[in-house]
Amino acid sequence: MSTTLPRPGVAPATARHEVQGPRPALRPVSARGPIIVALGALLGAVVLGVSMGPADLSFSAALRVMASHLPFVHFHSGVSRIDADILWQIRLPRVVLGGLVGAMLAGGGAAYQGVFRNPLADPYLLGVAAGAGLGATAVIVAGPHMTELLPLAAFAGAVAAVSVTYVVGSTVGRQGATVSIVLAGVAVAALLTAIQTFLQQQHAQDLQAVYGWILGSLTVATWSEVVLILPYIAVSAVVLVAHRRLLDVLRVGEDEANSLGVRSSRVRITIVAAATLGTAAAVAVSGLIGFVGIIVPHTVRLTTNASYRVVLPVSMIGGAAFLILADIAARTVLSPSEIPIGVVTAFVGAPFFLFVLRSRRVGRST
Amino acid sequence: MISLDGVTVHYQSALALSGVTEKIDSGEWVGLIGPNGAGKTTLLRAVARLVRHEGEIRVDDVAVSSLTPKRLARLVAYVSQQPELPPDMTVGQYVLLGRTPHIGYLGFETAQDRRVCGELLESLELEAMADRRLATLSGGELQRLVLARALAQQAPVLLLDEPTSALDLGRRVEALELVDSLRRERGLTVLSALHDLTLAGQFADRLMLLGNGRAVSTGKPDEVLTEETLVQHFGARVKVMRSDDGDLVVVPQRTR
Repeated sequence: MSTTLPRPGVAPATARHEVQGPRPALRPVSARGPIIVALGALLGAVVLGVSMGPADLSFSAALRVMASHLPFVHFHSGVSRIDADILWQIRLPRVVLGGLVGAMLAGGGAAYQGVFRNPLADPYLLGVAAGAGLGATAVIVAGPHMTELLPLAAFAGAVAAVSVTYVVGSTVGRQGATVSIVLAGVAVAALLTAIQTFLQQQHAQDLQAVYGWILGSLTVATWSEVVLILPYIAVSAVVLVAHRRLLDVLRVGEDEANSLGVRSSRVRITIVAAATLGTAAAVAVSGLIGFVGIIVPHTVRLTTNASYRVVLPVSMIGGAAFLILADIAARTVLSPSEIPIGVVTAFVGAPFFLFVLRSRRVGRST
Repeated sequence: MISLDGVTVHYQSALALSGVTEKIDSGEWVGLIGPNGAGKTTLLRAVARLVRHEGEIRVDDVAVSSLTPKRLARLVAYVSQQPELPPDMTVGQYVLLGRTPHIGYLGFETAQDRRVCGELLESLELEAMADRRLATLSGGELQRLVLARALAQQAPVLLLDEPTSALDLGRRVEALELVDSLRRERGLTVLSALHDLTLAGQFADRLMLLGNGRAVSTGKPDEVLTEETLVQHFGARVKVMRSDDGDLVVVPQRTR
């Protein structure tokens, strides 16, 4: 990386005043390179995701099946009916859902870290996980006839928990202080987790179902889950990416941001609302997949550029790729049984993150 | 340029500033002095509207309470005592933040904004560092950078809270000389809290001595920096002398 501005000619003292002379303009922040790399990773993850599994199917078969589902195109894939169904009904929705959830968890994590200026913030910080966990547990223990309500209950629990946290946290503390919001999140999460644990203990026969949901899984992925969460995640992603410059302004703190003419508390609540809605939708269909919201944004920060113009879009694409890959591991390593995907993200993600952190520190000190 | 009329600030029940009234002319540099907790920072924050105030503060003949945050930020640039400097932000990115009041809510910097910032970096001798991370800069470089960010707002009023507190002696004088030349070049009005009384006397046109939230003495440096006033308000023994150049020198004395 060059450390000097490209400024042809010397003698800036005189050249500066010439109208036609070269003027020293700062280069714009570009996210293009990292985005291209991340898209490459995503493409690779998608190819692997649709071609790996118990049935031996190629990516070209997957492409042909996808083409045969295009509207107005009468294309015969030449793939057997069973294989086509495996691809279209099982693998593809699972890859797409994994991508959406991963993108949302990573993007939401990056946004929360920016808003709360806390590197350990993740999408679950303000009670999304605890609220969703309580909602899901309540439905599971209510009996099998309620299962269809599970995503709705998890979503409602998550949104309600964050709303309570935000209202309590922002009225209790000094105006504009984020610390009291974070602390309120800790308290709300502790309370909801206590209730959830109580429910779970009272219904020991459902323990495995509850626990399975909490560890996260994409097992039930169908197109209807994709359709269910897509609007929330799309809106959330658009709002977050649109705020990427303002997230950079928030990095210099509350006072500085306000003195730069930004209504920081308003920006903050907008970003938190968007990140929460999207995360709640993701959690509602996938359970509590941990760690994605922390390792993906930090890996992007450490390897490229800490500006949210880079971190936010690249985290989303990279998060999608990461979760698709993690899901491949979850369903193939001990095939035919599955490992909970949350176990995979932590098991693979944590050492990788430590490696990135370490190599970056070494690189920095030399 | 700035007019303060009975400016009063409460922090919950504590009175931080009480009935401060003063007029500051365009192009003038007024130094705020006074012991810790006297209200210097509070007064600056009130003008930047970072704390609620009673009374009236007008900048360029407009009450600051009637302005949108964005319009205020185009009139007043504020540099806090310890600005947050994200270590992994680059110099260029940091200076560009100063253009925020000129950019729409979800907008981005234009080529014009980047040019303004590029020229500022050049005039503050930071242009070679545009791509460096803030963690790699020295104290003096960071001080200039923070000034560059404030100047990027192109506001006629500059509020500086202890702009030299983190610097060694040489860098202090350098930083204040820089502020002085910038304000002359650009016709800025400067209101700054200054810790070092000798430097305050050398650089500011006028000084305002705050004590317990009140403006207890305002005037030319030699009117405010008298042994009697300083002893009374700082609770320390001082000697005020003239150097060979005619500058006032405030020397603390041991209390023996």
